[in-house]
Amino acid sequence: MLALFYIFIGVAIGVSFWQITRVMNLRSVIADDHDNDKQGKYFLAFTVFFYAMMIYCLLAMNVLMLPESASIEGEHDDNLFNITFWLIGIVQFIMQFLIFYFTYKYRGRKDRKAKFFADSHQLEIIWTIIPAVVLVVLIGYGLWQWNEVMDLSDEKDAVVIEVYSQQFRWDARYAGEDNTLGLGNVNYIDIDNLNTMGVDMSDPNAQDDKQVTELVLPKGRKIHFKFRSQDVLHSAYMPHFRAQMNCVPGMVTEFGFTPKYTTEEMRLNPEVMDKTNAINKIRKAKGEDPYEFDYLLLCNKICGQAHFNMQMKITVLEQDEYDKWIAARPTLAEVIKK
Amino acid sequence: MSEHHHKETFVTKYIFSQDHKMISKQFLVTGMFMGIIAVLMSMLFRLQLAWPDTSFTIIEAFLGSHQTNGIMDPDIYLALVTIHGTIMVFFVLTAGLSGTFSNLLIPLQIGARDMASGFLNMISYWLFFLSSVVMVISLFVEAGPASAGWTIYPPLSALPQAIPGSGAGMTLWLVSMAIFIASSLIGALNYIVTVLNLRTKGMHMTRLPLTMWAFFITAIIGVVSFPVLLSAALLLIFDRSFGTSFFLSDIFISGEVLHYQGGSPVLFEHLFWFLGHPEVYIVLLPALGITSEVISTNSRKPIFGYRAMILSIMAIAFLSTIVWGHHMFISGMNPFLGSVFTFTTLLIAIPSAVKAFNYLTTLWKGNLQLNPAMLFSIGLVSTFVTGGLTGLVLGDSALDINIHDTYFVVAHFHLVMGVSAIFGMYAGVYHWFPKMYGRMMNKTLGYWHFWITIICAYGVFWPMHFIGLAGLPRRYYTNTEFPMFDDLADINVVITIFALVGGVAQLIFIANFFISMYRGPKATQNPWKSNTLEWTTPVEHIHGNWPGKIPEVHRWAYDYSKRVDADDDDSDFLHGEDFVLQTTPLLEGEEAS
Repeated sequence: MLALFYIFIGVAIGVSFWQITRVMNLRSVIADDHDNDKQGKYFLAFTVFFYAMMIYCLLAMNVLMLPESASIEGEHDDNLFNITFWLIGIVQFIMQFLIFYFTYKYRGRKDRKAKFFADSHQLEIIWTIIPAVVLVVLIGYGLWQWNEVMDLSDEKDAVVIEVYSQQFRWDARYAGEDNTLGLGNVNYIDIDNLNTMGVDMSDPNAQDDKQVTELVLPKGRKIHFKFRSQDVLHSAYMPHFRAQMNCVPGMVTEFGFTPKYTTEEMRLNPEVMDKTNAINKIRKAKGEDPYEFDYLLLCNKICGQAHFNMQMKITVLEQDEYDKWIAARPTLAEVIKK
Repeated sequence: MSEHHHKETFVTKYIFSQDHKMISKQFLVTGMFMGIIAVLMSMLFRLQLAWPDTSFTIIEAFLGSHQTNGIMDPDIYLALVTIHGTIMVFFVLTAGLSGTFSNLLIPLQIGARDMASGFLNMISYWLFFLSSVVMVISLFVEAGPASAGWTIYPPLSALPQAIPGSGAGMTLWLVSMAIFIASSLIGALNYIVTVLNLRTKGMHMTRLPLTMWAFFITAIIGVVSFPVLLSAALLLIFDRSFGTSFFLSDIFISGEVLHYQGGSPVLFEHLFWFLGHPEVYIVLLPALGITSEVISTNSRKPIFGYRAMILSIMAIAFLSTIVWGHHMFISGMNPFLGSVFTFTTLLIAIPSAVKAFNYLTTLWKGNLQLNPAMLFSIGLVSTFVTGGLTGLVLGDSALDINIHDTYFVVAHFHLVMGVSAIFGMYAGVYHWFPKMYGRMMNKTLGYWHFWITIICAYGVFWPMHFIGLAGLPRRYYTNTEFPMFDDLADINVVITIFALVGGVAQLIFIANFFISMYRGPKATQNPWKSNTLEWTTPVEHIHGNWPGKIPEVHRWAYDYSKRVDADDDDSDFLHGEDFVLQTTPLLEGEEAS
């Protein structure tokens, strides 16, 4: 098999050499009418290929996309994305057609004379103002949405959770009864005594904090995330919630969203079911275990060797189930010795 | 000066040459060499992405101790993407593109004997050469080359404990880049001074070809922004080697707390992107300048909206220095800054749209001579539009949250700055090869090269948008750890096949380039019937460019197909032919355009 492959490569190289020497002997170097005609038609053919590919990808790859936003804040994100995507899609389809069609239509001929057309203030003004007006709309909506998402100032009822990153794992800390996180700093890290997140245990707020290795979130409550990193930059990417924030050593970063569907509800979402079925067909063919949908937190900032496998499961539960789950976790005061 | 002939030895003519034409060729060939390395690397990591668990002899052969049984290690995967990015952005598309064509064209198109300082020009090339050598040496360091991404964000790039590539490999990377920046600054200053001071009689700024405007403004952006990267690199060297804490604070790694206190990686991100974003335009503007020239010449039409083109180049250049924060929306910087940067970023769409529409109008009702250079220029307009449009998605902070650092970004910037700039570079080589080597490149091979390249470029980068929208992060060694990405595996295979074919197809260009250099048909003085000054010089290179006096310029560069009666498209050409050299005086009663 391998020998056949090498023979194939050898033949390919031989043919290329032969062809290149043959072609190099052609001494005509400037496009004539015959070339213009041929290349112009190739552009038309390319347009067909290009549009077929664009449309095929747009239709066939729909099933691969992320399902609808699982956070309330992400709804406007999806909306803004759809508006932008339709807009650029339309411009793309028109512009590409014109570029290639003009190339075909005005391909050079001896008897053709180009039009001397150097300037038109009217046209310039039109195509400065139209994009400007469209952009005002996009920028306006975008900035409104950005302010909505990033504003975490009056969330008295929010659940405060710290997401803690290190090469190559995630941990999380819930703020407990007082809903206030105890102070943290790398200098407090004491692995022997299980203080792996560097929490200042002399801080009264820290006593009732709860450390976990998987995120569980209550549906319908605003979650106020605070991110820390102990070594290099990481990025907490939660694609299903349209959420992402870098974790930066030396500072605390923040992000917030409100989960909209529990994990169970999301698994019954038709988009999710389609995607899961498609994935399981592939997995079955390879003899792998079936996949079940879960929300995930992925690392999305290059962080070292195992960057590609730095993940944490997220489960969204109804409030009462969440209450039961969190009540069963031990507090830091119980876990950390001394 | 032209009367005075130096005695030229082999060394002063081919190696330590101070002649801008020779220096431009040196830049081009060095850039091509670096480009081959970078493209090879991309082919290796594409193999890994398509078939993560398959053993390849070629990986065994190239990666030595960085692979096991023909499967590459995760560390070297990161190193390959890092060096691929670094080489393509800086060594190929900055030095290879700007260095080559600024050097070749600035003196020839403005009517100067040479650069303002031939000596500094020579230094600029040799510093670039030195930095290339250092970068290549860094590939052979035992722990592997720099592997923190081409953006080298600390702390990953500062701590060898965090990734092996951040040891000697990273040191060499920083040294190489520092030398590179010096080269680039010297070059840019030279370009600016030359354009401002050495224009021939009659060559007003508003008569400069758009290539000149593009190179001139590019040089200004470089002078404004490259020093900031130099400062970032120097501070990072201090942090790495002398224990300072500019970018580092509160780090616990390998079981111990490090001494760094009070620095911030976000500061580095600001410094890096203050160059990093303008860098996109340092790469792109020269390509757009070349395209303006090639499209106009081969359409046999004036470039549409010459003044609007200059204004949009200036607007892009100005805006490019105040948008860097759009790379940092989710870096932890104040969200208010994010709003400001969203606003400035989306504004860039306006001058970019003006440029695209102007190219389109230039094609309209032209008499298109579809030479290979023209095909690549049209390809550039296409990829520039495709890649530019998705910028509206990424530049919007609210949308960027969810697609930041996914393959959507990779597809976007590869199309808009990678493929577009490379197309511009190819267009430039095909168009000015006769000026460089006095011979013509082969047309048929040029056509093959174009068609395979554009089909493969779209085959690689169009589907890539969609795997990004599916949430796939970039810089993952393999996607097999996430069942939710299993359905993207097939697309990755398709992308890799297009990438491999596209990569190998560049050999057509290399063969064409080197064979034509020696065996191509001899060029005539003005093969493309172009208006600009470089085509008034003799085919054989001479020191000082013009044998006698430098010609005087009487008109702008775009009097193609000018008519006797401006309002009648059927009337005869005013000067008998469909082009008028810039040196041709205005006829009596002729209106200057």
